[in-house]
Amino acid sequence: MYEEVGPTVSVFDRAYDDPVRVLDEDGEVVGDVPDLDDEELVGIYRHMRLARHFDGRAVSLQRQGRMGTYPPLSGQEGAQIGSATALAEDDWIVPSYREHGAALVRGLPLKQTLLYWMGHEAGNATPEGVNVFPVAVPIASQVPHATGASWASKLRGTDEVFLCYFGDGATSEGDFHEGVNFAGVFDTPTVFFCNNNQWAISVPRERQTRSATLAQKAEAYGIDGVQVDGMDPLAVYRVTEAAVEKARDPETDRPRPTLIEAVQYRFGAHTTADDPTVYRDEDEVDRWKAKDPIPRLERYLRSEGVLDDERVAEIETLVETRVAEAIEAAESEARPKPEEMFEHAYAELPPELERQYEEFAAFREAHGDEAFLEE
Amino acid sequence: MSETQNLTVVQAVRDGLYTEMREDDEVLVLGQDVGKNGGVFRATEGLFDEFGGDRVVDTPLAESGIVGAAVGMAAMGLRPVPEIQFSGFMYPGFDQIVSHMARFRARSRGRFTLPMTLRAPYGGGIRAPEHHSESKEAFYAHEAGLKVVIPSTPYDAKGLLAASIRDPDPVIFLEPKLIYRAFRDEVPEEPYTVPIGEAVTRREGGDVAVFTYGAMTRPTLEAAKSLAEEGIECEVVDLRTVSPLDREAIVEAFEATGRAVVVHEAPKTGGLAAEITAIVQEEALLYQEAPVKRVTGFDVPYPLYALEDYYLPSAARIEEGIKEAVEF
Repeated sequence: MYEEVGPTVSVFDRAYDDPVRVLDEDGEVVGDVPDLDDEELVGIYRHMRLARHFDGRAVSLQRQGRMGTYPPLSGQEGAQIGSATALAEDDWIVPSYREHGAALVRGLPLKQTLLYWMGHEAGNATPEGVNVFPVAVPIASQVPHATGASWASKLRGTDEVFLCYFGDGATSEGDFHEGVNFAGVFDTPTVFFCNNNQWAISVPRERQTRSATLAQKAEAYGIDGVQVDGMDPLAVYRVTEAAVEKARDPETDRPRPTLIEAVQYRFGAHTTADDPTVYRDEDEVDRWKAKDPIPRLERYLRSEGVLDDERVAEIETLVETRVAEAIEAAESEARPKPEEMFEHAYAELPPELERQYEEFAAFREAHGDEAFLEE
Repeated sequence: MSETQNLTVVQAVRDGLYTEMREDDEVLVLGQDVGKNGGVFRATEGLFDEFGGDRVVDTPLAESGIVGAAVGMAAMGLRPVPEIQFSGFMYPGFDQIVSHMARFRARSRGRFTLPMTLRAPYGGGIRAPEHHSESKEAFYAHEAGLKVVIPSTPYDAKGLLAASIRDPDPVIFLEPKLIYRAFRDEVPEEPYTVPIGEAVTRREGGDVAVFTYGAMTRPTLEAAKSLAEEGIECEVVDLRTVSPLDREAIVEAFEATGRAVVVHEAPKTGGLAAEITAIVQEEALLYQEAPVKRVTGFDVPYPLYALEDYYLPSAARIEEGIKEAVEF
């Protein structure tokens, strides 16, 4: 079972169906542990705990009518946190809509994520200095953006690498093919990170493609493809780090882009509007829950003496406080102003839109907000 | 007297699919999550169990594949009813829609016809995430070769869907999801059709003609009811098909008063209201008593849901627009 991949052997030289692993389900070491110091390891653990707790609270906010539809991430923290942690400060992530955990690592305040799902325009305003592309809801549409953005980095001679997230379902879309193909042709510094969580809403991975793995699709584009245990944050870190390093190096003798397939599971629904009990078995969910990335890393860190009860309790308190503060901040945010609809549609409002805005404002002035709010 | 069921709009869509599939073995449904899951809005609930996986097909996540495969099936004589989960996700299939679905008949000089119906929930008002609330019917109305149908009641949903499925030409069937479960209607169990291209008068009145369709029919009727208390009587016309438009009904309603208002949630510029305004100009200029008033969404990206009430025409905005047309 245990296959040692030495430091001189590339992590990419392996069969597509042979996932890179570092910890097994019980947190026992089964592969090369990445070179991270204790604080970095605890950082991964803390971010996973934060993402998990945030997720649970977000789902209940939706249930209580305090937030709109929300896509949960529980089960996917290992893939999100492990990969985002492997980036350098100037690198970027290009997310789909479920990467709240990865965005958190990249410095996006939790309040922003909440505001977006609470339907505030402000939730889309990623602060300057936070290298996170806008959330992309239409499936796979962000893949060519990541290629183009990293291509710009190559053309301008900057050092930034772009890490693009998408799901298993996205690999069926034309945009996936076109984006990854371009990356291969133009040898861009891009890491394509597929969160294969087994289900595209109700469609299982094996009905998405007849390919045995998603990693092997890289072969057709002439780039590296590798599978990783996506519920093992250290394995994810290790693979992403290698892919990022290769992407950044113009002198590499391998293709700069990589397709990573992180094999994982979404414990919850596709979104809060979805009921997964209609299409999948509880047994299957339980089997995957045994692979939960959080207790797995915790066991390892305890066995290494990096974590103990006291430290874990501290982290729990910190996590609860940070999420509570973010919710408090998001819920105290003023109701968005209707003017925001018109702002930023163009650099300068065209005359017809100016006219529409004036008509709107005059009506609102005369009739008040209740003239718009139906219920 | 045939039996009826008391159904919502989405249940009537489901019943329309069920009835047509039972009547005609060539009818099949394909799309994302339409099978075992029964559709994200339950529009295909139970059809997988009833008709099996060859006729109720869960596809990979690929809109161009869904539309393009349906084009091929239809060319070979099947009657596919592809579903795109939300109209905001039709764009990866847009090339297939405009380059092929719309013009296979014309390009093959009638050898190939495409009896297919592309269904998609559309429109705003349900607090949905980004890209889930737009109204882009004008894109499809602009494309020659397509018919574009938008029901506003459960009865029409079933009858218009049946007519679309049986139509020899491709139909874009847009379902206003705001009213998917808003109210119920008596819907016959047996198959029936409501003709494509025919508007219907929802309320009679001699002061102004108000044209609308889809989810906007309800606030428009609400506005008309409220204005009646002030002595303004509106003729409310539900277009039901936005391509081809019922030109005759539009002109007739307009000529009766010389005043018109058009209500749609789609953006103003290049919307159906502009087309309707042009029709009355062309056909009935000398009857005109007031500028045609457009009450529509704005020319901005559809806002995230906290602001959507400000975007969508409300009964109060519609009322104001009608008054403007009447008092001119």
